[in-house]
Amino acid sequence: MDPKQKALLEHFQARIDAEEKIEPKDWMPDEYRKTLIRQISQHAHSEIVGMLPEGNWIGRAPSLRRKVALLAKVQDEAGHGLYLYGAAETLGADREDLIDELHQGKAKYSSIFNYPTLSWADIGAIGWLVDGAAIMNQVMLTRTSYGPYARAMVRICKEESFHQRQGYEILLALCRGTEAQKNMAQDALNRWWWPSLMMFGPSDKDSSHTEQSMKWKIKRKTNDELRQQFVDVTVPQADFLGITVPDPGLKWNEETGHYDFGEINWDEFWQVVKGNGPCNEQRMKARIKAHEEGAWVREAAMAYAEKRRKRKEREEAVRVA
Amino acid sequence: MTTKSNKKNWPLWEIFIRSKNGLSHKHVGSLHAADAEMAIENARDVYTRRNEGVSIWVVESKYITASSPNQKESLFDPADDKVYRHPTFYNLPDEVKHI
Repeated sequence: MDPKQKALLEHFQARIDAEEKIEPKDWMPDEYRKTLIRQISQHAHSEIVGMLPEGNWIGRAPSLRRKVALLAKVQDEAGHGLYLYGAAETLGADREDLIDELHQGKAKYSSIFNYPTLSWADIGAIGWLVDGAAIMNQVMLTRTSYGPYARAMVRICKEESFHQRQGYEILLALCRGTEAQKNMAQDALNRWWWPSLMMFGPSDKDSSHTEQSMKWKIKRKTNDELRQQFVDVTVPQADFLGITVPDPGLKWNEETGHYDFGEINWDEFWQVVKGNGPCNEQRMKARIKAHEEGAWVREAAMAYAEKRRKRKEREEAVRVA
Repeated sequence: MTTKSNKKNWPLWEIFIRSKNGLSHKHVGSLHAADAEMAIENARDVYTRRNEGVSIWVVESKYITASSPNQKESLFDPADDKVYRHPTFYNLPDEVKHI
């Protein structure tokens, strides 16, 4: 490495170590920029694709109260996607390119959204578990080293806490209902528990990006630390609902002060990441269709803006003359 | 940042929100819109879903000129050694009140 580059890198690391935030125009290593664009765009895609499984239930929500809440939640996810695309754009990425990469299968999104929402209880489970897991990760990211990403996370975390509460409230209502309703809640927990634990990503020993991301303080906690934290806060919430976490290996450990839990099915994890989950194909088809069918709206809005700009110019020219 | 000539994307806008009267507008983020009016409508939906604002400014991002991080020293360091610009620089006896 040439000495100038080395000095820049050292200065950059010193700023990170001193807890300084990095802002868009500051010098940063190419790899830092690339890692952030990858991570932030994946995060943005997850918000956008995440609207699909829940959108599936808006028209079938059991009451108007549940429906307005779900609508507001899905609208928030769209907003979160936009904050995040905005943060990625401060790094020089082009939103259109990022969306193309998603549609071409080059960019990833959270695998959790490749599982189907089969019953109303799934909407409860998503809010409680999926948003709960997302919040663990996002609270950590409010302290990430890149300023615009951290600021987007602060906004997102403020908004997400209602998401988790509305999900838990749905399950609470079901668990206090009839036997059939309680069974629905149990069935949803059975299907969403393990995929929710997988949301934190591969185990630390298999995570290729963790070490560098920790050094640059993009991440502040490892995948396994966050996963443990999630299990520790979520199990008592399941107990309160009176439903059972589907893990025979789950046990409170007096010594460590944490729950021990069973091994994740990593084959399933990698299968879904590679595109072979139950809904991967369906999700991408829906996204591409929405994007293509919206193309005329984007073009028409541009044409209209252009027309208005020209008219205004003409009017001003007449006034001057 | 390069703009691609083959694509007709909606331009980028910077959004500033006044959270309540008496406070300044503050930068909250950016978004894409075809024109200023749409930028305000989109900013309403994206940044004020929970009463975060009473007024919105939008500025197309390309019109913002920013100082460069390289100028940081030349712009801001000269203020470092001018302690006499702060009230605590001046020694007055405690008996003197309201000053």
